[in-house]
Amino acid sequence: MEKNLLSVDSLSVRVTGIGLDVVKNVGFTVQAGEIVGIVGESGSGKTLAARAAMGLLPPGIATTGGSIKFDGEEIIGIAPRRLRQLRGSRIGMVFQEPMTSLNPSMLLGHQLDEGLALHRRLPEAKRREMILDMLQRVGMDQPERALGAYPHEFSGGMRQRIMLASVMLLRPALLIADEPTTALDAVVQRDVLELMVGLTREEGTAVLLISHDLGMVARYCDRIIVMCRGEIVEQGKSDELLARPKHPYTRKLLGAMPKRGADRSFPKEEQPIVSIRNLVVEYPGRQKLFKRDPAHRALHGIDLDIAPKQVVAVVGSSGSGKTTLGQVVAGLVKATAGEVRFDGAPIGRDQKAYWDYRMNCQMIFQDPYSSLDPRQTIGQIVGEPLRHVRDMGTAAARQRVVEVLEEVKLGADYANRFPHQLSGGQRQRAAIARAIVRRPRFVIADEAVSALDVTVRAQILDLFTELQNRHGFSCLFISHDLGVVEQVADRVIVMDKGRIVEEGDRSTIFDAPQHPFTRKLLSAVPALQAAPGGGVRLLWRLDAPEGDPLSSVQKPANRPA
Amino acid sequence: MRNFVAANAAIGSFIIGVLFIVAGIGAIWTPYDPLGISFRDKLVPPSPGHWLGTDEFGRDVVSRLMAGAATSVWISVTTVVIAVTIGILIGVTSGYSRGWFDRIVMSLNDALLAFPGILLALGLLAVLGANKYGIIVALGIAYAPSVARVVRGTVLSIREREFIAASRVVGNSEAYTMMRHVLPNCLAPLTVLTTSMFGWVLLAESSLSFLGLGVPPPAPTWGNMLASARPYIGQAVWLAVLPGLCISITLLGINLLGDALRDRLDPRMRDRT
Repeated sequence: MEKNLLSVDSLSVRVTGIGLDVVKNVGFTVQAGEIVGIVGESGSGKTLAARAAMGLLPPGIATTGGSIKFDGEEIIGIAPRRLRQLRGSRIGMVFQEPMTSLNPSMLLGHQLDEGLALHRRLPEAKRREMILDMLQRVGMDQPERALGAYPHEFSGGMRQRIMLASVMLLRPALLIADEPTTALDAVVQRDVLELMVGLTREEGTAVLLISHDLGMVARYCDRIIVMCRGEIVEQGKSDELLARPKHPYTRKLLGAMPKRGADRSFPKEEQPIVSIRNLVVEYPGRQKLFKRDPAHRALHGIDLDIAPKQVVAVVGSSGSGKTTLGQVVAGLVKATAGEVRFDGAPIGRDQKAYWDYRMNCQMIFQDPYSSLDPRQTIGQIVGEPLRHVRDMGTAAARQRVVEVLEEVKLGADYANRFPHQLSGGQRQRAAIARAIVRRPRFVIADEAVSALDVTVRAQILDLFTELQNRHGFSCLFISHDLGVVEQVADRVIVMDKGRIVEEGDRSTIFDAPQHPFTRKLLSAVPALQAAPGGGVRLLWRLDAPEGDPLSSVQKPANRPA
Repeated sequence: MRNFVAANAAIGSFIIGVLFIVAGIGAIWTPYDPLGISFRDKLVPPSPGHWLGTDEFGRDVVSRLMAGAATSVWISVTTVVIAVTIGILIGVTSGYSRGWFDRIVMSLNDALLAFPGILLALGLLAVLGANKYGIIVALGIAYAPSVARVVRGTVLSIREREFIAASRVVGNSEAYTMMRHVLPNCLAPLTVLTTSMFGWVLLAESSLSFLGLGVPPPAPTWGNMLASARPYIGQAVWLAVLPGLCISITLLGINLLGDALRDRLDPRMRDRT
C-alpha cells in the first residue's frame, strides 16, 4: 500500500446561510503520483469537495465536519500562514476559465515569476531560466517572447498551457485541475490534457481531475470517483467502473453518453428544401485612424443542400465558421456573396420567398439562459411566433401553445412561469417549443445541447429526435460535440477555417474519414461500445492500428515518456 | 436582510407619499397666504400661531413650505419625464441601430455630458429666461444625456443576448423587438436612474433658485427659501434649517424607494421577497 498523499475522510460542506449541505460525508484518497478523477454533473459538489482540500471555499460556504489530510497534515483548521505555504508550493490548482484565471494587466514573465519568487529562494537569473524551460516544455514556440507578452495575446489553449506551466513550475506534489479543458475545443482539449498528464508523470505529481466528462476522465485517470448530489455514489478503478458500474447513477451517466442513432435513408431525387450556393461572409476589418484593417473572411464559398426531413450536422472547431453559417442561413447575418434558396426560390431577392422562408425557418439557440426574454412568461415566449400566423385567433394560438408545451413535456402549467423559475433543461425545452410552435419545415440548432449537463443533454436529444420524427422538419444541427452529432445526424459536414473539408453520410464520416482534419477531430473524442456485463468500454477512434479497435483502449499515461 | 429591504421600501414610499400629499394640498390650500406679507409678524419663532414661525417679511413658513413643495414636485416630475423620454428615445434608437447614426448621436451626447448639468442648465436658463418653464426645459435637456448614456449601454448589452436574435428569427420587426424585448429589459437600471434623477432635479432646482436663477420670488420654492434665509441664519435658524431638512428627507425617501422599485420590477428578484 502506497502512502496516501491526500486523504479526505467523511467531509461535509455546508452553505451556512441557508443550511444546505452541498457535500455530505465524502471520503476518498489520492496517492502520490496517482491520477484520480471526480465526475459529476453541476451541483454534485465535486468542485467544492476539491476546493475544500485547498482551503479555497468561497465565502458563505464552510466545512462542517470530517478531516482532510495532506501528506499527513490536517488541512481543516490549519493556520492561514501554513496553508499559504502549502498552496502553490505543494498543492497547485488549474481552473476552468483560461480567459479569467490569468491577470490580464500583468506581463506573463512577472506572473509566472510571482509564485516562484514567493516560495523558492532563488536568484532571479535562475528563476528566469526555470520559467523559460517550463514554457518550452508546455510547447511555447518562443518562450523569450512570451515573457514580455500579456495574456490576451494568446488563445485559450495557449493560456491554459501557460497556467499549467505556472503551476508546475513549483513542482507541487498534488495538482487539482477543475474542469481544466471544458472551455476549450475538442482538439485543443486533447492536446492540453496530454500535456498535463505527460508533465505530471515526469514530475511524479498526483492529479485530482474534476470534470463532468466521463469519457475524458476515464481516458486519463487511474481511478474514478462518481459524485451525485454531494455524495460519492461509486468509486473504483477506471476500467472496472466503466465495465461493471454498480450504482444506478453511474449506469445512468454511462447510458447518457451519446450513441449512434439508427440509419435512415432518403430518396435521392427529391428537391432540397434549403440549398446554399457559394456563400461568402466577410466581416469588415476594424476602422483605424486612416485605414481599415483587411476584412476577415469567415466563410469561403460554401455549397450545401439539405433534403426534406434530413438532419444535417455541421462540425468543426471554434473559428471554423460553423456558427456564422448558421447565422447566415437563419438570416441573422448578411451574406457578402452567394445565395440561399428555399424550395428553389432565392430568399435574398424575392420578398415573398423571404417571408415564406422566415415563417418556415426557426432556430434553437445555445444558451437557454440568454435565449428566453427574462421579462416574459413561458407562454408569451412560446406563443410569440404565432403573431405572424395568419388566420390564427387568440384561442387557437393559446391552444397551440398548450399543445406544444405538452409535446416538449413541460405541460400547460408552465405557461405562466418565468424563465428564471425553470432549470436549464426545462428552459431548453421551452426554447425548442418556441422553435416548433409554428410547425416550421426547417430548424437550425446552434449548439443546442452544449450548455447542458450530461443526463439532461441525453433527454433533450431524445426529445429532439422524437419531435423530428413526428413533425419531419429538416434540421441544420451545428455542434462541436461529435458524440452528439453521431447520435442525431443523417449527414455530416466537417468545416475548418471557413471551408467545408469533408461531407458525407454519418457512417461514412465516422467510420471512414478521409480528410486529415476530420481524422484529427475524431481522434479527440471517445466512442462507447457496450461491454458484456451491462457496462461500456471506451474506444478511441483512429488511435488503434487498422482492424484492431480493441487495442486502442490504451492510456497515454502508461506510455513511456 | 430581507426585512431590512422591506423596511427601506416602506420608509421610502411613506416619505414620498407624504411629500406628494403635502404638495397636492399645498397647490390648493395653505394655512396662510404664502405670499401674504405682514411686517408686524416678522421673524416670529415657531409658536402656536405659526407652527414653524415666519420669515423676514412675516410670511408663514408652513404655508411657504407647502406651496414650495407643490412647485418643486411639479417641476421635478415634469423635468424627469422630459429627460427620460428624450433619453430613452435617443438611447434606444442609437444603441439598437449602431453604426454612423450611433456615433454621431453619441458624440453630441458626450459633448453635452461634458458640461456639468448645473452649468448647462444655467446657460440654457440665460437663453430661456428664469421662470418655471425655463427651469423645466433647461433641466430636462441637461439631464437627458445621462439617461441616453445609461439606456444605450443597457441596450448594447441586451441586443447581443440570444432572445433578441430569437425575436428576429421569429419574423418580428425591428421596432417591435425594440419595444417588446429591448425596452422592458432596460427598465430596471432606468428606474433607479429615474428615481435618483428626481432627487438631482429637486436639488438642481433648489440650487438654481438659491442662486437666484430659479423660480423668481416672491413665489416660494425650497431653494429660494433657503437662499433668502441666509442673511438671517443667526437670528432665525429655523428659516434655513426647515427647507434644508425638507430637501434632505425627500432625497432620502427617493433613494430608498428607487432601490426598492428596482428589486420589485425585476421578475427574477420578485420571488425572493
